[in-house]
Amino acid sequence: MRKIRVLVAKPGLDGHDRGAKVVARALRDAGMEVIYTGLHQTPQQVVRAAAQEDVDVVALSILSGAHMTLVPKITGGLREAGLLDVSVLVGGIIPDHDASRLCAAGVRKVFGPGSTLEAIVAATRDSVQRPLA
Amino acid sequence: MVDDQRLTGLRATTSGLDQRTNDLVEALLDGDQLALARLITLVENRSQMVPAILAKVFPSTGRARLIGVTGAPGAGKSTLVDRLISGCRDGGGRVGVLAIDPSSPYTGGAILGDRVRMQKWATDPGVFIRSLATRGHLGGLSLATRDAARLLDACGYKTILIETVGTGQSEVDIMDLAHTIILVMAPGAGDEVQAQKAGILEIADILVVNKADREGANQLVGQLQAMLDLAGELAWRPPVIKTVAGTGEGIEDLLAACRAHQEWLGQSERSEQRLLERAGRELAELVGRMAAERAIEAAREAGLWEDLTAGVATRRLDPYSAAAALLAVLEVRESPDGPARPSV
Repeated sequence: MRKIRVLVAKPGLDGHDRGAKVVARALRDAGMEVIYTGLHQTPQQVVRAAAQEDVDVVALSILSGAHMTLVPKITGGLREAGLLDVSVLVGGIIPDHDASRLCAAGVRKVFGPGSTLEAIVAATRDSVQRPLA
Repeated sequence: MVDDQRLTGLRATTSGLDQRTNDLVEALLDGDQLALARLITLVENRSQMVPAILAKVFPSTGRARLIGVTGAPGAGKSTLVDRLISGCRDGGGRVGVLAIDPSSPYTGGAILGDRVRMQKWATDPGVFIRSLATRGHLGGLSLATRDAARLLDACGYKTILIETVGTGQSEVDIMDLAHTIILVMAPGAGDEVQAQKAGILEIADILVVNKADREGANQLVGQLQAMLDLAGELAWRPPVIKTVAGTGEGIEDLLAACRAHQEWLGQSERSEQRLLERAGRELAELVGRMAAERAIEAAREAGLWEDLTAGVATRRLDPYSAAAALLAVLEVRESPDGPARPSV
């Protein structure tokens, strides 16, 4: 009866949510429960939603370029809230050297343009930390 | 009269809780949101711990006011709930929200999008919002909704708003859960005949015509009033309230109607009868589910389950006889003489 729960969120100020919606749909089609929170989320909103919804994975879509500001606030916030078993994935226009810095800040994986939905779904499943049974 | 001592003897022990879950329940009773979230997940996943969890929190429940919000997809339920949170927060009490959306019947996946309309509450520590997928359950709620509401109640949430899936005409589960049921409609969605039908309209305590700035709102109000006139003398006549959830228009009236209904419930003689009926339906449902699970498990152990399903699938056995055989296996297993293997 266990379901993988994923929060798909768009932190920051850009309004391009097409990618987030396509990913949300793909995760749904893979049998996961996707909580979609919409545009313009603050890091604090993302952390609290992740806590209340008790998700396994937080998937962030950022196309504004503000990822280096926003993402560490979210990974840090999750740690502070005691959500140590929640993984974070990031998708967007992220330069390579930023991607490695984000991973150092606690992000599990970064997806740039051209990533396949299959890869994103597989990575989401792989990053679930709590037992699936 | 119910014998208190006898009931106490029947209560499930909480010794079935492991240390971790027990800690979570203690934290929940202290008002901890993270514990609340994790326990709702256990209820959703129908963990084996659920009976012991519920036995432990149950004495702390029964204090919250449960308001159900139901209506067709797109009628404006989520936006209205967002407005109701404001109104209920003004009194200072904590507000819990359970928002239910459908699971895909094919993949079991779901997109739960009700939070989009309630974003601003994500940072208010007095508001807890949880999205629940139906996971195949019909009736407008998920199977876990009732127990999730109990967990919120035990955690100290004074008002619990329950938003059903977008409903048609017969998703009436909410009537066995909420104290007050708000049915949300929008103009232009149907004609007079729709308002005459049985089902969801009958269970509403308050009728809301949302998007009342649109054409046809007054006609819809008129039709609903006419329908209520036909119903004759009602102990509680549902008020018809016009709102524009997007701007907040009419929300004060709606909150006042909720309060009036609450007061009426407190005085109504029907309350006690309603509680008895609800308790009966919950017990019947629960025992049906538990018996089914146990019977299937017993049949699997006896190697009978595959034979029975195959028999029905190939039309060599009718389903009623197969079901009777399942119950017989359960009786044998649970009889005092021990789990003798039934002959197959």
